[in-house]
Amino acid sequence: MKYKSQKVAYWFFALSMLLLSLQIIYGFIMGFAHMGFDNLHSVIPFNTARAVHTNLLVVWLLSGFMGAAYYIIPEESENELVSVKLAYAQLISLAIVGVIAIVGYHFNYWEGRKFLEIPRPLDYLVVVNVLTFLGIIVTTLFKGKKRTTTSLVLTMGLVFAALLYLPGMIWFDNQTMDSFFRWWVVHLWVEGVWELIMGGILAFLLIKITGVDREVIEKWLYVIVGLTFISGILGTGHHYYYIGVGKVWLIVGGIFSALEPLAFLGMALFAIAMYRKGEKKHPNKIALSWTLGTAIVSFVGAGLLGLAHTIPQVNMYTHGTLVTAMHGHLAFWGAYAMIVLAIISYTLPNLTGRKYYDTTVGLLAFWLSNIGMLGMTVAFGVAGVAQVYLERKVGLEFGDVQKEIQVHFFILICCATMFTTGIGMFIYEFFKHGRPSDEALIK
Amino acid sequence: MLSKSQAKLFFLGGTIVTFAVFLILSWTSLSNEVPKRTHEENLTPQVVRGKQIWEANNCMGCHTILGEGAYYAPELTKVYERRGEGYIKAALMSKTPWSPRGRKMVAYGFKEEDANDVVAFLKWIGETDLNGFPPKPDLKK
Ligand code: HEM
Ligand code: HEM
Ligand SMILES: [Fe+2]
Repeated sequence: MKYKSQKVAYWFFALSMLLLSLQIIYGFIMGFAHMGFDNLHSVIPFNTARAVHTNLLVVWLLSGFMGAAYYIIPEESENELVSVKLAYAQLISLAIVGVIAIVGYHFNYWEGRKFLEIPRPLDYLVVVNVLTFLGIIVTTLFKGKKRTTTSLVLTMGLVFAALLYLPGMIWFDNQTMDSFFRWWVVHLWVEGVWELIMGGILAFLLIKITGVDREVIEKWLYVIVGLTFISGILGTGHHYYYIGVGKVWLIVGGIFSALEPLAFLGMALFAIAMYRKGEKKHPNKIALSWTLGTAIVSFVGAGLLGLAHTIPQVNMYTHGTLVTAMHGHLAFWGAYAMIVLAIISYTLPNLTGRKYYDTTVGLLAFWLSNIGMLGMTVAFGVAGVAQVYLERKVGLEFGDVQKEIQVHFFILICCATMFTTGIGMFIYEFFKHGRPSDEALIK
Repeated sequence: MLSKSQAKLFFLGGTIVTFAVFLILSWTSLSNEVPKRTHEENLTPQVVRGKQIWEANNCMGCHTILGEGAYYAPELTKVYERRGEGYIKAALMSKTPWSPRGRKMVAYGFKEEDANDVVAFLKWIGETDLNGFPPKPDLKK
């Protein structure tokens, strides 16, 4: 690392690792419940487990993005973070808000809107927290010597993500309106502004790892984020087919969301092309695997598996079934979990000075978690297709169908165990690197 | 070949144009379509109270409504039509976990008036025009 203040990133990444472990525990609780073992029902009912699972996911990803920004922005703008103390305060308050929300979910304290369960009073704390974060990042960037495209795209993604949180905080009496604006947060995040964050981090990693000229990488970055917004904004329509907002979205949403995979295809081709073009090969093999991995798996999980149910005629049958859960898992994993694990793998040796570049455990972590997650995706997919057929085609009762498909959740749990082994190894490697140290500074 | 400034223009131009179209389409759907399709005239204070109870207990954490939510328990948009008022109230007011097919629901033990509010909410939402969702099972005789 070149700047002392970059060390802050380490602690955001450490928080990410902690929350990821908890997220997985709640995933198992739900997996077992689907299999018929709901012994925890009276203590942790399914809706609690689910809110915890998905909110921890979002918070650990955000913490990872923040850590990434705290590492990348000083390096790109050639300037120390304007206030390290404030950054630590922001970290601690993020952790506290997160913990209160998660504990609250166990006591029926929430706002039952999928993915936006954080109760309103805590929302305001989130807003303050994120404003502090953005304040630090934006002032560092604008006081710095350079404003690179990579850092601008990353910052733009973070600023827009904060702005888009706001439509989710409005109360509507009408469920249709509620859902309409909920998607401004959820969809425009994952299929819009978060892709800018992903693109920014990916560009940074490719510049560092492949040594390809910055101008070339950043040109393609613009093309990719251009494709993202052109398809993704109107693509929001794929959530408006069947919620009571008019027929125009069947056409607009159908066409534009079907174009969304192009941005992910762009990301995959971009990463592979830059890797092949680059002459200087960085010795950090593990970071390279995660970087290429995220570009490819996001195309499969978000692009292809998203396309699989985005056409209105298909979505009519798959809407709100386990088919959605199949896509949700591989998309979040490929695009956002893996990009966070990639930036962690790249930065850890730089922060701590310990060069574990191609350890067996590190590479196994990559393969086990990816194969495990692919297996889980298949299990969800098979269960989902069977559910769609039996429930929506044959017309069996929901509960009877769920009994028929229980067996697939056994497979899910087997694959989840493999996945968890991989994540366990990743976390083991994380802590093996030790703490960040000033000795790792490059003058 | 494409230059970096052209690529930037593509990004900015594309974003502004599609976002403008998105806002216009959203505006027209929300002002013309939604009030009719959701029968806003039937959106009584009781329905709104029902929605508040629905959210306060995170029913969406197990069920779907309008096809959105979790996949642990049945889709409820048309439940009023499918089961009727009595059945729904029994589930909501039960003091032990409701589990007709093995899977347990949280035992809310609602007061009768709260249960009525939720029923009103479910009745209202069942009348929304959803472009044919949920589909009729076409293999069922
Ligand atoms: C990294 C990007 C993406 C992530 C993280 C993601 C994640 C998700 C999640 C979690 C859901 C469930 C949402 C809910 O019901 O509340 C969902 C739904 C959906 N996604 Fe994605 N997605 C991504 C990209 C895409 C793309 C590119 C497409 C289309 C090509 C797509 C198509 C869909 C569709 C059609 C649904 C609705 C499913 C339903 O009707 O139940 N997604 N996505
Ligand atoms: C041990 C690993 C895991 C298991 C067993 C597991 C299991 C589950 C289950 C059973 C659900 C609930 C589906 C329902 O509503 O009925 C769920 C939801 C979800 N999980 Fe996981 N999960 C695991 C790991 C992960 C990871 C690593 C991610 C992200 C990268 C993730 C992202 C999600 C998302 C986005 C949803 C909501 C999906 C939707 O609403 O469509 N899960 N998970
Ligand atoms: Fe979407």
